[in-house]
Amino acid sequence: MKLDKDARYTKEHEWIRKEGELFIYGISDHAQDQLSDIVFLEPPEVGDSFAQGDSIGVVESVKAASDLYLPMSGEIVKVNDALVDAPEIMNSDPYGEAWIIKFKASDPAEFDQLMSPEDYEKYTQEEE
Amino acid sequence: MSPYLPQTENDRRTMLETIGLSSVEELFEDVPEQHRFPTLNLPGAVSEMEILNELYGMALKNSSTGCYATFLGAGAYNHFVPSAVPAMASRGEFLTAYTPYQPEVSQGTLQAAFEYQSMIAELTGMEVVNASHYDGATSMAEAAIMSHNVGRGKRNKIIVSPRVDPQYRQVMRTYLPAGQLLITGDEDLNAGLGDLKAMLDGETACLIVQNPDFFGQLLDVDGLAEAVHEVGALLVVVANPIHSLGLLKPPGEYGADIVVAEGQPLGAGLNFGGPYLGVFAATMKHVRKMPGRLVGETVDVDGARGFVLTLAPREQHIRREKATSNICTNQGLIALIAGMYLAYMGKGGMQNVAEICYHRAHYAAAGIDKLDRYQVISSGHFFNEFVVQCPKPVDEINQALLEEGILGGYDLQLDYPEAVNQMLVCVTEMNDRMQIDRLIQVLGQIG
Amino acid sequence: MRNQLEPLIFEISSPGREAFTLPELGVPEVQLPEGYTRQQLNLPEVSELDFVRHYTHLSQMNYSIDTVFYPLGSCTMKYNPKVNEKAAAIEGLSQVHPLQPESTVQGSLQLMYELQEALKEIAGFAAVSLQPAAGAHGEFAGVLIMRAYHESRGDSKRTKMLIPDSAHGTNPASTAMSGYTVVELPSDERGNVDLEALKQECDDTVVGLMLTNPNTLGLFEEHVLEVCETIHNCGGLIYGDGANLNALMGITRPGDLGIDVLHFNLHKTFSTPHGGGGPGSGPVGVTENLAPFLPGPIAAKDDDGYKLVLPEQSIGRMKAFYGNYGVFIRAYTYIRMMGPDGLRAASEMAVLNANYLKARVAPHFPVAVERTCMHEFVSHGDVPGTDIITLDVAKRLIDLGFHPPTIYFPLIVHDALMIEPTETESKETLDAFAVAMTRIAEEARTNPQVLHDAPHITPVRRLDEAQAARKPVLCYKG
Repeated sequence: MKLDKDARYTKEHEWIRKEGELFIYGISDHAQDQLSDIVFLEPPEVGDSFAQGDSIGVVESVKAASDLYLPMSGEIVKVNDALVDAPEIMNSDPYGEAWIIKFKASDPAEFDQLMSPEDYEKYTQEEE
Repeated sequence: MSPYLPQTENDRRTMLETIGLSSVEELFEDVPEQHRFPTLNLPGAVSEMEILNELYGMALKNSSTGCYATFLGAGAYNHFVPSAVPAMASRGEFLTAYTPYQPEVSQGTLQAAFEYQSMIAELTGMEVVNASHYDGATSMAEAAIMSHNVGRGKRNKIIVSPRVDPQYRQVMRTYLPAGQLLITGDEDLNAGLGDLKAMLDGETACLIVQNPDFFGQLLDVDGLAEAVHEVGALLVVVANPIHSLGLLKPPGEYGADIVVAEGQPLGAGLNFGGPYLGVFAATMKHVRKMPGRLVGETVDVDGARGFVLTLAPREQHIRREKATSNICTNQGLIALIAGMYLAYMGKGGMQNVAEICYHRAHYAAAGIDKLDRYQVISSGHFFNEFVVQCPKPVDEINQALLEEGILGGYDLQLDYPEAVNQMLVCVTEMNDRMQIDRLIQVLGQIG
Repeated sequence: MRNQLEPLIFEISSPGREAFTLPELGVPEVQLPEGYTRQQLNLPEVSELDFVRHYTHLSQMNYSIDTVFYPLGSCTMKYNPKVNEKAAAIEGLSQVHPLQPESTVQGSLQLMYELQEALKEIAGFAAVSLQPAAGAHGEFAGVLIMRAYHESRGDSKRTKMLIPDSAHGTNPASTAMSGYTVVELPSDERGNVDLEALKQECDDTVVGLMLTNPNTLGLFEEHVLEVCETIHNCGGLIYGDGANLNALMGITRPGDLGIDVLHFNLHKTFSTPHGGGGPGSGPVGVTENLAPFLPGPIAAKDDDGYKLVLPEQSIGRMKAFYGNYGVFIRAYTYIRMMGPDGLRAASEMAVLNANYLKARVAPHFPVAVERTCMHEFVSHGDVPGTDIITLDVAKRLIDLGFHPPTIYFPLIVHDALMIEPTETESKETLDAFAVAMTRIAEEARTNPQVLHDAPHITPVRRLDEAQAARKPVLCYKG
């Protein structure tokens, strides 16, 4: 399982990274591996606001569908539209090209509650 | 021993030995003893000959459309079914297969469904068609739910014309129990398109109209889709009777976002109301919100073209409570039949049959309108159904028609209290000139 | 099986070719309304022989009950008697319009009434509506009935539906459509509903519990009476998923066990053909106190004969007209030909066949829960110590002339292989299937590639489902 050392993680297998004033969000390598061939992404719209833990979209593979939950509250600033046309990027480069959204956090401190890469790795091992 | 149970005494004994039991009864020890092996108070088994005789007896208590000149439509239509269609559809390989979960051994069902989807797309002028719903009414209810989902659950108003089939509106209300969504527009049974357009707003998920409407009339759809789209809502068109599309502009061409219809007229027969076929078509833009199964084209490991069920994550077995619908078993065989009917009739046949319906209906309407005490009150254009103002209650007239071997039209007063003594008359290719002349003559005598 | 590709009907079309014949118009033509007509209609143009060969070829690319053993778990792929088809095609029954005056459809209404009566008796209910068109549709009706019942009592705080984790996927979907939230209940190690978990959830917000019995592991719920009582004690209702009724005819009656509302699958239990995905028929049966809420209209009988009535507090119509009538004729024919003893024998033999096949298959593909099963059982379809997965086993079965069982369901069993032989299969067929399974288990160790590459005999081999979903091609584009 690949990890991005700069990111923080959730139990739903999403990651978040700081990028200047903004935060950037995607699904983890473990998530894409579990889903297998990802075929579809329904992202939120720019300008949508979410509370912590809200569902912001859906990602689908051939045999499964998974809701995307935002572990922080905030407003969507940018959506990676390239993924809508080529969702398979989420399989090949989950921490790089396959970022899903960038958002402005209402409470940046929520970031600190997320799991560190080490904790997340332990969590996924326990889960299996 | 039943013909459907092949286990001989000897087989049973051997099988029980293998399992390690001495009697069949022992298999059921998990069933609470006081409720085990109830006596079923049912009539004893009969032979094939006897059950057929019993059913022939029931059939004799019916008056079938095969023996009566039928002018009844109103949601179910009497059309000719070419012999080759049931001959092919009743092949055991189609009839006794199930949902094509294993595509390699289901290419027959899958390809036929893909062809059905393609032909319905052409007929309705839409981009995607699902593999079927239960009937036109449930298709419409699902269209309302889909519109709500397309609006991300934020638009809670469904506007429906009072001139949509009353049973369809009832089914939609069953599907959407009070409180979940506001269904409006048909409180005033006289509401026209202008009134409905005036109700459009930012809360509206969709506007549902039927074209031709339940009274048979063609809608003036100019500017309709534009008005609906201006508020961000969807236009849902119920395209009944579906044969009208052999002649008329398809809803996709005038901006419909979802088209639903009753597919029964496409070869399925009347069958006292079922099994029928829920046609459901939409634009590609909304395909991920679409309920029901979809068949798509792909390739196999060798690069050969093949067909599979696709976009399954929308469905209940994966999305469970978040699915677009709970539908699982659909009307596969009836969709197969409809696809066969469209392939058989083809380009020329669908146009030709629609023209016969149209011209003969107008011939009938003109003849009835000439009668002293009857008046055709359909204003504007109609396809093959029209409304006749009768001099007496419709059920009385129908009783008199029956005695002359004619199954009369639908009593509109059953659904529209103001439609006193109004009969909805339907003419198809099954009604030749002699039948129509006879109808006119008998009506004249009753009047 | 035909293993050659067939062109699309559009690809064999040729301009000017026709299959149809129609009568002369015979009346004067009327001007078509300008602006309302369509410009083109690009449907295929084929001869009748083209048509017949095309669909014959397509049919030959299917596995079906008529051609092979089809042990698709949870679907009850039993033999569909030919007399059923003849019965449903009787002109006086099939060529009847649903809106004809009641006096002209007394035979059709009688058949509906008699079928309702038979289903009531078989499952132990006070009333039945035949209207729902399929199992999931009947299930949705059932949940709406539960909702209407609670509402009629002014009991509005009930919002949660308890659903065991072994349930069909339609259960949660139907619940959500009815506006309720789903609470999933775990199963215990014997495959029953976990009673402790159940008791913890039981309070005055419970709408009810949706119970599949036998459950999707093919096991009879050992605590069925206690489960029903626990739910009833907190004011909830029990919904029974009747998809597995084929194990219970004449064995026990769901109504007697405490089920309040149940859907039947006429296309499973009562031998009507599955049609490549439908039509089914999903009547609902209910206890006395739920009878007023049934969808309708339903058939009733009085001194004047048979008629259609809508129950007084009905949830309304589930579909137009009265249900999948053509399916009713077939199911009624089956019930009459079997009689009460035959129905019980059918369930007995369904369960005997399943247990026999389980005994033969389990040494190679261990079952998930080792108990006497009902009409079906669930094995693990992978082969430990090899890289063979359930999918490979399923595809290899195709080569050996069998339709694969249901795979990867229920979700609570890893690598599930859900096998339902039904009662209409002979011991010889079951033996042949067991031999095939044994052979596959051997091949997994000796020649795994033949499994990975399976199937070999079909017109197409494993298909690229990811491509189909990423770039959907859902219509012929010309």
